Amino acid sequence: MEPALASFLQEQIVPKFNYWVYVVLMMIGLYAMIAKNNLIKKLIGMSIFQTAIILFYVSVGAKDGAGIPILDHHTYEHALEHPGDEHIDRDGYANPLPHVLMLTAIVVGVSTLGLALAIAQRIFTSFGSIEEDEILEKLQPGGHD
Amino acid sequence: MKLFGLIAVIIVGALLLSATGDFPDFGDPQSPASASPLSTHYIEGSVYETKVPNLVTAVLADYRGFDTMFETVVIFVAGIGIIAVLRAFGTPAAELPEGGGEEGDDDLIIRTTCNLVFPVIQVFALYVVAHGHHSPGGGFQGGVMLGASYILLALSCGLPAAKRRLGERQTIVLAAIGVIVFAGWGVACVLFGGNFLDYAALDPIIPGDVQMARSHSMLGVEIGVAFTVTAIMFVIYANLSTRGRLRDGL
Repeated sequence: MEPALASFLQEQIVPKFNYWVYVVLMMIGLYAMIAKNNLIKKLIGMSIFQTAIILFYVSVGAKDGAGIPILDHHTYEHALEHPGDEHIDRDGYANPLPHVLMLTAIVVGVSTLGLALAIAQRIFTSFGSIEEDEILEKLQPGGHD
Repeated sequence: MKLFGLIAVIIVGALLLSATGDFPDFGDPQSPASASPLSTHYIEGSVYETKVPNLVTAVLADYRGFDTMFETVVIFVAGIGIIAVLRAFGTPAAELPEGGGEEGDDDLIIRTTCNLVFPVIQVFALYVVAHGHHSPGGGFQGGVMLGASYILLALSCGLPAAKRRLGERQTIVLAAIGVIVFAGWGVACVLFGGNFLDYAALDPIIPGDVQMARSHSMLGVEIGVAFTVTAIMFVIYANLSTRGRLRDGL
């Protein structure tokens, strides 16, 4: 492999692969939302897009060698018995803030997806189709319905 | 349109990727997000302020309680929106969708298994809600599991069997109760002289010291969240699977 390419991989891609994954996922979702004709496929794209954002946030909160953001039993008991003696190692726990933000984002994603599916189902009962061009055709002044 | 979309997506992706060079490395403990005073305080200080070992729950239900309350409202509004968009009241029986299983397809294995699993799922879901501030879990997760148990019942024994346990009126009332519990908890804090959702103000009526008041209040609002999420998950399934008729599902 060429040295320039190798150093680019070493410095730009390997330490930051999480950003590359999220960008690729996000582009897949964005393309589906823009280009697909079927409303359900658009919604799938929207879900992929949301998942990419979730991946981005959670990966930002990761720390090398850190555990989940829940204090282990020993640390917790020690903190209860010695209030004021702050000895919690902040590098031992992942950043809890992105987890919180994404916990709520997941739930909101479920509700928006449910509402969007309900509207899509309603469109299907009204127009008999969930293909965007067919719906637009029926919405034309000359079209029936 | 497809070509235009592809070009736009590639331009956006290239811009985002060109910016990744300025981002911190994956897993860097000194990254701006992880080294910020706010995140550091959540990790180092929250157990002394709330006595809750699950930092995520502490931030979710206490420090960012306002955010979580409106998150619950979002779920509630989504459920109401689904009912408003989809629910077909008083549809004549002749218009019922073709197919659709009659109540209780007599499959002994499915029925017996689901009847065995149903209470176990619910007990575990209650554990996840009640233990959410000490171990992974909380109102959202436990609520989704409770809602999933009703969806399992609707799938295995038919929607009428699930509706007998959690009727349509009950789901809406349950969802509203969840939001009211959360908001009411905040109002109670105001009545006791604190700020909205400042749980420390509830110290006089909750046993234990100030930290325990915050810990118990987190449990209280998580239960409210679980109510709403349970009800709305079932509303989403029941309306989507029957096109809003709530007669017979998948």
